[in-house]
Amino acid sequence: MSLLKIEGLEARHGLLTAVQGISLEIEQGETLALVGANGAGKTTLLRTLAGVHPVAAGRIVFDGVDVSALPAHRRAAAGLALVPEGRKLFPAMTVQENLLVALSAKREGRWNLGSVLDAFPQLKPKLKAAAGTLSGGQQQAVAIGRALMTNPRVLLLDEVSLGLSPLAVQGVYDSLRTLMGKGTAHGTTIVLVEQDLARTFQVADRIVCMLEGRVVASGRADEMTRDQVMAYYFGHRTPAAGGTSQPASTASST
Amino acid sequence: MNLTTHAAAAIGAARTITRVQRWTAPSIATVSLVVAAQLVLVAGPLFLSPNVVERLTTLFIYGILALMWNALAGYAGLLSVGHQAFFGLGAYAAVRLADWGVSPYPALLLAATLVGALSLPISAFMLRLRDGEFAIGMWVVAALCHLLVNLDNLVQGETGTSLIALQAYAADARRSYTYWAALGTVTALGWLVFVMLRGKMGTAAQAIRDNEEAAGSVGVRVLPSKRLIFVLSAFGCAAAGALWLASSITFQPKTYFSVQWTAYMIFMVLVGGIGTYEGPILGAVLFFTIETLFGASGVTYLIGLGATALLFALLMPRGIWGEIEQRLGLQLLPVGYRLRGGTGGPPPKR
Amino acid sequence: MIWLNQLVQGLMLGGYYALLACGLSFMFGVMGIINLAHGSLAVLAAYMLFVLAERFEVHPLLGLVAVIPVMALIGWVLHRLVLERSARAGALIPLLSTFGLASVLDNSMFQAFGADTRSLAPYIDSLSYDGWTLPGGIIVGQLAVLTLVVAIALLGGLHLMLNHTALGRRIRAAAHDPDTAQLVGVDARSVYAASTAIAMTTVAIAGAFLAMRATFDPYTGPYQLIFAFEAVIIGGRSLWGTLMGGIVLGVAQSIGAQVHPQGFLIAGHVVFLAVLLARVYAADTLRRWVRSVRSRFSSQFGNRATTP
Repeated sequence: MSLLKIEGLEARHGLLTAVQGISLEIEQGETLALVGANGAGKTTLLRTLAGVHPVAAGRIVFDGVDVSALPAHRRAAAGLALVPEGRKLFPAMTVQENLLVALSAKREGRWNLGSVLDAFPQLKPKLKAAAGTLSGGQQQAVAIGRALMTNPRVLLLDEVSLGLSPLAVQGVYDSLRTLMGKGTAHGTTIVLVEQDLARTFQVADRIVCMLEGRVVASGRADEMTRDQVMAYYFGHRTPAAGGTSQPASTASST
Repeated sequence: MNLTTHAAAAIGAARTITRVQRWTAPSIATVSLVVAAQLVLVAGPLFLSPNVVERLTTLFIYGILALMWNALAGYAGLLSVGHQAFFGLGAYAAVRLADWGVSPYPALLLAATLVGALSLPISAFMLRLRDGEFAIGMWVVAALCHLLVNLDNLVQGETGTSLIALQAYAADARRSYTYWAALGTVTALGWLVFVMLRGKMGTAAQAIRDNEEAAGSVGVRVLPSKRLIFVLSAFGCAAAGALWLASSITFQPKTYFSVQWTAYMIFMVLVGGIGTYEGPILGAVLFFTIETLFGASGVTYLIGLGATALLFALLMPRGIWGEIEQRLGLQLLPVGYRLRGGTGGPPPKR
Repeated sequence: MIWLNQLVQGLMLGGYYALLACGLSFMFGVMGIINLAHGSLAVLAAYMLFVLAERFEVHPLLGLVAVIPVMALIGWVLHRLVLERSARAGALIPLLSTFGLASVLDNSMFQAFGADTRSLAPYIDSLSYDGWTLPGGIIVGQLAVLTLVVAIALLGGLHLMLNHTALGRRIRAAAHDPDTAQLVGVDARSVYAASTAIAMTTVAIAGAFLAMRATFDPYTGPYQLIFAFEAVIIGGRSLWGTLMGGIVLGVAQSIGAQVHPQGFLIAGHVVFLAVLLARVYAADTLRRWVRSVRSRFSSQFGNRATTP
C-alpha cells in the first residue's frame, strides 16, 4: 500500500483552479520529482499536501488515514513535512532556535539537533547566529534541517535550488543524497519540486510533469528521456495528443 | 496546436463584451426617486410638525456623520476613532465666530470651512500612520482638542456656553433654518461624494482599499487621494457639529468631544455597509430609528449598540447593504461599472 | 527642587504606565492587533478585585490570586471568539470589534456597578500612603515603588519567557509567520490564544495597581487605553521600549502638571504627538539620506544595480 495517496485533488486560488483533479500514489522510500513550468500548480499541490492551503475537492490519504481536513501542524505531527519555497526561516531567531521550534511536532526518530548538525556541519559555527544573516545555501540547510527535526515520514521539498549559486545547490543535493539513504533501510520518502531537469534525473526515482494544474506525464526516471519531459513541460505534447505517457497512478505496477 | 486554440477562444470571448454600462434601470429609478424625495423634504417645515422637523434635522446630521466616516474608512481605508475632534471643533468654531459678531448661520458654514482647513496640517502627519496607530492617534488628537478648547475662557471649562445669537430668531424660524441648513448640507455632501465616486476618485479609492502598494505602483496618487477624503470628512464632521449646536444651542465640550460620536459613526457604517454608497444612508436611518425607539432605555440601549456593532464586525463585516449588493448584484446608485454582454458571471466588485 | 520632585514622581508614574502597557505591547508584537478594549479589561479586573475586597474582605494583592486565572481565561475566550476571526479579516475589523467590545464592557460595568467612583486604596491599609523620604525632601510612595518593581519584573519575565522557553520560541515563530510555524508543528491558534491569556494576566495586575493608586469608574477604560498606547508608541513598541515610553510619558505629565492645572494631560498628548512626528520625519529624512548615498555609489561603480 502506498504511503501517500492523492485522489482527485483540487485546490483553488479564489476563482482560479490551480490544481485540477490530481491523482498520485507515492510509495515508501521513493523519490518523486514534480516538474512543470511556473504556474503549473506544483507549489500549490505541495502546500495543499502540507495543509497550509485548503482542499477544494478530493482526498489526501497518508498512511491509510484521510488527512484532508487535518490542520497543518497536525500533519507535521503525523510525519508529513514541507520545506517551503523560499526557505521561510524565522529571520530574527537563531539557527538553533529555528531548529528547536520544530520539536513542537513532538515526533521521535533519528533526527535531533545533534544528528541534523552532523548532516549539515556547515551550520555548527552558525548555531547562535540570526537565521536572517546566513547565506542562501546555509539558509536552505537550516530549512531542510528544520523539517528533518520533525522526523518526517514524507518530506516535501519545494524548489530547494531557488536563488542559490550552483555550488550551494550542489551542496544541498549532496546532503539530500545522504538523506535519501539510497539502498539503506531508512530512506526517507521524498517529493521534490525542481526546475532543473538535469538534477531531477540525477535524484528522482519517478518524474511527474504538471501543466496548468494537471498531470500530463508520469514515468520512471530511467525510462524517460530529457527531451520527452521537456516536451510535456512546455505543452508541446499532451496525453490526449498521444505521447508515451502513462497514467499517473500505475507507478506501483512496475 | 493547443496554444492557438486557447488564444482563439479568448479573442472570441472578448468580442462578445459589447459595452461598459454605468446606468441601469434600477439606478435610474432610484436616482429619480431620491431627487423627488429631496424636493419633498425641502418643503418639510411647511407641513410637518415642529417635533418631526427637529427629529428629521437630527437624522440629517446622523446622515452627514455616516457619509463622512464611511468615506474615510470605506474609501480611504482609514479607521479613525477620533473624528469627534472635528465634530467638537466645528461647534466650538461656530460659538467663537458668533461671539466675534458673525451672524449665526453663516458662522456655521464658516466654522466648518475653517476646521476643514485646519485638518490639512493635521493630515500631514496623521496620514503617515497606519491602521491602529492612526485610529488611536486620532483619538489622542481629539482628546487634545477637547483639552485645548476647555482653556478658552468663553467656554469656561466643562460648564460650556451657548450660541446665544440664535435666540435672536423665533423658535419656529430657528427650527426651519437649521432644518434647511442640515438638509442642504447632507444633500450637498451626498451628491459630492456620489460625483467623486463616479470619477477617478472612486476607482482610486477601490484600488487603495484593495492593495495600497499596488495602487501606487500603477499611478494612483495614494496620499493626495487620502488627504482629500480626510479633509472632506473633517469638513463634514465639523458641519455636523455646528449644526448640532444650532439645533441644541448649548455647547458643552464633554458632549461634543465624546468618543460616543465615533461609536455612533461606527455603528451606522458597519451595520449599513462599509465601503458602499447606500450603506451609510441605510445605517443612519436604522440608527435613527433604533434611537427613537430605544434611546430612552439608557445604558441598556448603549450596550445593545455596542453588541450589535461587535456582532456585525465578526459575522457580517460587509454590513446589510454590502450583503445585499454581494448576493443580488444590486446597485441602486450608479457609482460602479458593469460589463454588459460578457460571460454573465457575477458582477465585478465595485 | 520642585522639578526634581516632579521628575521622580514622573518616573514612578512611568512604572505604572509600563505595567499597564506591557500587555498591549505584547499582543501587538505577537499578533499585530491593537486591543481597543485593553483599558476596559483593566477596569474589569479592578471591579473584580473591588467586589472581593468589599464583600469578602480579601486584600487586593491576595485577590489577584483568584482574578488572574479568571482574566487569563477571559483572554483565551476573547481570542477564540473575537480576535481570531477578526485578525483574518484584515486590519480594520480587529479595531472595530475590540472597540465594540470596549463599549459593551464599559456600559455593562455601569449597569452592574453604577456611576460611583471606587478605589482599592481603603483596602490596602498604609500601603497607599506610606512612603520613604529621599535626600532633598522628595517622598516616594511605597505603592509607587512596588508598581515600578512589578512592572520591571513582568517585563523581565516576558522577556525571559520569549527568549528562553519552548513556548516563547513558538510564540515568536507564530508571530513572525504563522503558516510556516504550522509546518513545523506549532499550533498557531493555540499560541495566539495563550498569548492573549498571558496579556490578560498583565492586564489583571495593571487593573489592581490602577485601583490601588487612584480611583476608577466604569468609563475609566478608554483613557487608560490611550495612556497605554502612548507609552507603547513613545517607547518604540519593543517590550523594554514600553518601560522607557511609560517613563517619558509619566515625566512629561508630571512636569506638565506643574505648569498648568490642565497641563498634566495636555503635556502627555503633546509629547506623544511630538515623538510620532519626529519618528515619521526622522524616518523620512533617513530614507532620503540612504537613497542619496546609494545613488552616489551606483554612479561610482557604473551600472551595478542596487537591490532594494
